[in-house]
Amino acid sequence: MSLGRVDTFALDGVEARRVWVEADIRGGLPTFTVVGLADKAVREARERVRSALTNSGFVFPQERITINLAPAYLRKIGPGFDLPLALAVLVAAGQLDAERIAGCAVVGELSLYGELRSIRGALAVAEGAHRHGLGRILLPLARAREAALVEDLEVLGVRTLQEAVEVLRGERAPAPPPERTADADAEPEGPDLSDVRGHNGLIGALEVAAAGGHNLFLHGPPGTGKTMLARRLPSLLPPLSSHEAIEVTRLHSIAGLHGGAGLVERRPFRAPHHTISASGLVGGGGIPAPGEATLAHHGVLFLDELSEFHRPALEALRQPLEDGHVTIVRAQQVVVFPTRITLVAASNPCPCGMGEEACRCSAADLARHQRRLSGPLLDRIDVCVTVARPSAGALRDQAAPASATLRPRILAARERQTRRLAGTRLTCNAQLTARALRELGAATSAAEQLLFRLHDRHRLSARGHARILRVARTVADLDGSAAVEPEHIMRAACLRLDDQSLAAA
Amino acid sequence: MTRGGPGAAEACDACLRRTDLIAAMAAWLDVEWRRRSAPAGVLSLPDEALLALDRSGEAARRYAGFSARAARERIRAAGLVAVCSCRAAYPERLRALADPPAVLHVAGRLPALESEPSVAIVGARRGTSYGLEVARALGRGVTAAGLPVVSGLAMGIDSASHVGAFDAEPPPLVPPGVHATPTGVDAGDAPPAPPAAELGIDGRKAGWPPDPAWPAAPVAVLAGGADLPYPASRRRLHARIAACGAVVSELPPGFTAYRWCFVARNRIIAALGAVCVVVEAAERSGSLTTADFAEQIGRPVAAVPGPVTSRFSGGTNALLAAGAAVVRDPRDVLDLLLGPDAPAPGPPPPPAVPIEPRLRGLLDAIERGHGSLAELVGGADAAHRVLEDLTDLELRGLVRRDFGGRYVRALETGR
Repeated sequence: MSLGRVDTFALDGVEARRVWVEADIRGGLPTFTVVGLADKAVREARERVRSALTNSGFVFPQERITINLAPAYLRKIGPGFDLPLALAVLVAAGQLDAERIAGCAVVGELSLYGELRSIRGALAVAEGAHRHGLGRILLPLARAREAALVEDLEVLGVRTLQEAVEVLRGERAPAPPPERTADADAEPEGPDLSDVRGHNGLIGALEVAAAGGHNLFLHGPPGTGKTMLARRLPSLLPPLSSHEAIEVTRLHSIAGLHGGAGLVERRPFRAPHHTISASGLVGGGGIPAPGEATLAHHGVLFLDELSEFHRPALEALRQPLEDGHVTIVRAQQVVVFPTRITLVAASNPCPCGMGEEACRCSAADLARHQRRLSGPLLDRIDVCVTVARPSAGALRDQAAPASATLRPRILAARERQTRRLAGTRLTCNAQLTARALRELGAATSAAEQLLFRLHDRHRLSARGHARILRVARTVADLDGSAAVEPEHIMRAACLRLDDQSLAAA
Repeated sequence: MTRGGPGAAEACDACLRRTDLIAAMAAWLDVEWRRRSAPAGVLSLPDEALLALDRSGEAARRYAGFSARAARERIRAAGLVAVCSCRAAYPERLRALADPPAVLHVAGRLPALESEPSVAIVGARRGTSYGLEVARALGRGVTAAGLPVVSGLAMGIDSASHVGAFDAEPPPLVPPGVHATPTGVDAGDAPPAPPAAELGIDGRKAGWPPDPAWPAAPVAVLAGGADLPYPASRRRLHARIAACGAVVSELPPGFTAYRWCFVARNRIIAALGAVCVVVEAAERSGSLTTADFAEQIGRPVAAVPGPVTSRFSGGTNALLAAGAAVVRDPRDVLDLLLGPDAPAPGPPPPPAVPIEPRLRGLLDAIERGHGSLAELVGGADAAHRVLEDLTDLELRGLVRRDFGGRYVRALETGR
């Protein structure tokens, strides 16, 4: 027998695509060729496989070896093909029975010693294996716990090539997956609201943002606690559903952020630096990789110093915020990354950040700063508050409640939304369009009238109008009220973002 | 409509040539302006003396070959009207200057320059929210009383006073029927949107005022050509003023301003206004030159007091110390112009409505500068009650919410 075939998977964006590694050994001068649109790391696998096989006590055939990665049109990236390649060679060389490896997905990077290194995207591969009806997956032990999140899939976690072959031959049982260790990011809950002092007046705004999934804008001088408040928003959000958690785990695993500790249970919080490029923010690159917005999927994306971000980067974020996903088109492929995020943006009142009295900015500086702020992104932000420097008295007296005490109310508000939005594609109030607001908003006529009075007084834009109504819907949900009453409009109006006042003078 | 019409509004050849000469000499004047300590002196020099300043001879050649017909054609092509100091339509007030502009180029309605008395409201480009609020309220109050606002269209205080003028008599906000679809997002049954050029600074429908002879239409004086909105970010305001009032410049259309032009512009503002109100200016602010010019020609100078700790009010406070009249609200301006007992030409301001003690406390906090939600709601037991009260105050026009969500005291109903 001089042919061998092993099942594996290639990552294409966030999808795992099935790939067959075929090995053919025949007489001739000893060569080792890999064909099938393999990238550099895959072609280098030849050297690793040769050494790893020899150093693990196998015989590397001194013949003409051809490896094909099928289907040939799909680009194969990364070192995860080492182990399937090695096993395909062993099968072709007759050192491993073909039926031993049938129906088993294989991924893993090899060291020259024959040890298996961790790989990215184990969960995506395991899901792919399950989807394609493969009953087993063979992968590095460090990723066994992650792959085990997929039900009805036998996970064979191994440490070395030698061990892999022994497990496949049935000569030894696979090692149990490593116990869940206390993870590096130890705090299971993330920073809690109770650390905050002197900002009790803003808790309502955070609560509304968390309950309705509204994007939040924090405006205020440096050092007043904008970042601190933003970091605590995830602790107010409802816990990840199992479906969401799987999605987050898969994405983080693909991006190499996941330590292999199993399911990610915390909502992600990503705070990219303002020098980030558009592709860094929404994903991109020659081989499309997920951006920060995708890594914050189901969590919070925090943009500190909003006006300092590059304009193209902010423009690029617009579609993902609107649609909940971003589509990246390359010549050979189209990749869709999910981006369902809560955006928190923060900005100083002026470039120097000193506040009105001490400010040294010129009129032109200020105009430029405000022009940058008034950009496209603010259209997507419903809740806006000023964060002022708390007084000494406030610092002393005002301690915020723990996140856990606020969460039941937020959860209840979310449940009301879920019930109301059942049957639509929407999940929270922040996604309500003007039409959906009219149909589902349930504003009383008194509330509508009040909104018109505000409209007349402030020359609200159509967007501003919808924004107040959206937030009022969330305020009513927090109150447990079925209808939006005038008082809810009044409270929502205190949290609105005024894009008009910038234009005035 | 006077625009483009021949006859009375035309400027004479000599004045047009003088204007062309100043434009040609602009670069030299920039040098000369800084050399002479009294800036006004330069523009009062006769043509020959001006020509002598140009050592290249370029301006002399241009002066000799000047064609008044071509100049008129350029003015007409730019959509401007020109009036020179030899004509009856030339504002008499400008003759108070030692160096009145030879020609006024007007974008908009020439009669807008006739209504008197008008009020010059000027200030720094970098206004604080206090200064901007006061400028806007003054513009609004003065215009509502029937007096035109004269200012410079610059960023900050100047623009705010112009914007206030347009606040005075709000046109019908939206055509009937739009309220049926309040969100307006649904374009299906909303009326077709007017072309962008017709929209005012805040997106209102222009076509305003309904009466073309609006006596209190605002006047903007520019340093460069009247057809060029400067700063460019104020082009919609420029279009709005040109639509009902007048945008004025002494320099020919298309002319890009030099530094001295801004000071020269200030003398026209000072001369057009029967009183000069400086709203907010730091020490050595350029807007103080307007006050200097006003003083030179005997126009009363007034200033809005600011906190003595704020460097943005250093200039205005110094003016007050030097004897300028105090302006606290539009009423003060009217008193200054028309005498304390004269009835305001416009409708009386609505009487202040007494407010409940609870709201009073909130208003006090905002007046003390504690305008963020954190400060206002912070220690309160019933946070939602405070939020409702804030919107209540806002609906009554007593407070305004600025861009970042900070509440500031609004000046709507006067004292």
